[in-house]
Amino acid sequence: MKYLEEFRDPELARRLLDDIHGIAKGQWVLMEVCGGQTHSLIRNGIDTLLPDAIELIHGPGCPVCVTPLEVIDKALRIAAQPNVTFCSFGDMLRVPGSGEDLFTVRSGGGDVRIVYSPLDAVKIARDNPAREVVFFGIGFETTAPANAMAVVQAKRLGLKNFSMLVSHVLVPPALDAIMSSPHTRVNGFLAAGHVCSVMGYWQYEPLAQRFRVPIVVTGFEPLDLLQGIRMAVRQLEEGRYEVENAYARAVTREGNVPAQKLLSEVFEVTPRKWRGIGEIPNSGWGLSSAYREFDAAIRFDVTDINTVEPAICRSGDVLQGLIKPNECPAFGKECTPRKPLGATMVSSEGACAAYYQYGRFVSLESIG
Amino acid sequence: MCLGVPGQIKDIYERDGARMGKVDFGGIIKEVCLDFVPEVMVGDYTIVHVGFAITQLDEQSAMETLALFEEMGVLEEELLAAPEVGTSDESQSPRGVT
Repeated sequence: MKYLEEFRDPELARRLLDDIHGIAKGQWVLMEVCGGQTHSLIRNGIDTLLPDAIELIHGPGCPVCVTPLEVIDKALRIAAQPNVTFCSFGDMLRVPGSGEDLFTVRSGGGDVRIVYSPLDAVKIARDNPAREVVFFGIGFETTAPANAMAVVQAKRLGLKNFSMLVSHVLVPPALDAIMSSPHTRVNGFLAAGHVCSVMGYWQYEPLAQRFRVPIVVTGFEPLDLLQGIRMAVRQLEEGRYEVENAYARAVTREGNVPAQKLLSEVFEVTPRKWRGIGEIPNSGWGLSSAYREFDAAIRFDVTDINTVEPAICRSGDVLQGLIKPNECPAFGKECTPRKPLGATMVSSEGACAAYYQYGRFVSLESIG
Repeated sequence: MCLGVPGQIKDIYERDGARMGKVDFGGIIKEVCLDFVPEVMVGDYTIVHVGFAITQLDEQSAMETLALFEEMGVLEEELLAAPEVGTSDESQSPRGVT
């Protein structure tokens, strides 16, 4: 596949690593924003090859992780209704609400289906006019255009039996919240490449200036990640704090304009709760008034559900980069991917799940 | 679920008012919505996320980035071939690489 193998070239990776070792003088903490980047970093062992003084911490960029417990509870209540066909991306099915998960609803006779694309859910609604078809519309800015298109298509087709449980989250307000915390350790960000494919990176420029923090748009292959780290470290060493693009083959400053136009038509900015973190102002998208008839939370009257998260889980601290997954006392003991306690172990893209999957049971520092 | 996968566009057509296409992901062909990448043509590469092409892959930028990495190596070799200047960093070998 084009540009997959090229961006995994071990010889070029070694050159980039050598360069990073050459330029890194200070102690720097970089946060990779996206869970896909976390997995690529850990899978390829990149964190173990960097200079000791460069620490990678893992950010909040996993949509499955940060979907709040109360939204899962709303999904469970809707999915359990006998006239409902509930459609979701596969990785949401095993995320537990306060009690059960969507798989449990399905094994109890509920019509819960995994779809590859939100348009598949629209097709199911069109083919089954007697059923209420509900799509679980979660995700960051990468996923939101696809979900917006599903609503637009349902409206275009005049479907009265399609709706969406919407819980979209936005990256820039989360970075703002992380940098505003008095406990933040972040010196630089590797921004999520595919979020930026859609939104561009102009939105990050005020953040970089206000918090004096370098932000480098970064892809997902080993060379992409090394190049992102190299550019961020170089900025830190030179005392610069700019937004730079290490993923130019897929990202432009202005982003995907047709997708942005559709997003602004279908969604409006709302406050949003993040699992493990709590409410962040202006950090979500809800359906705009023109599309509110497709809001499943209103149609199925679940707006009253307001779940409190368990106090034992420290995934909120992991999502904000305050602790590493294996520094949580429950990691690998009470909390495993088979029996997850919280957000970051729940999703296969979560930081705790990455540490578990690749055997990071003790911190690298303790190995010496 | 935030995965974006590169693939090559094999066919473009319209369905239900949307611009759709067949995209080849290394031998697996899937139907993809192309509404957000109106400029792409058959043969182009794109990154697909949950059934939607979100961006076109820019071949020239990819080649430039790879060339930059190559060039870094070339520079490094030239510097190594040059007479020793004796900086304190040269004794440090990158952890985990050797």
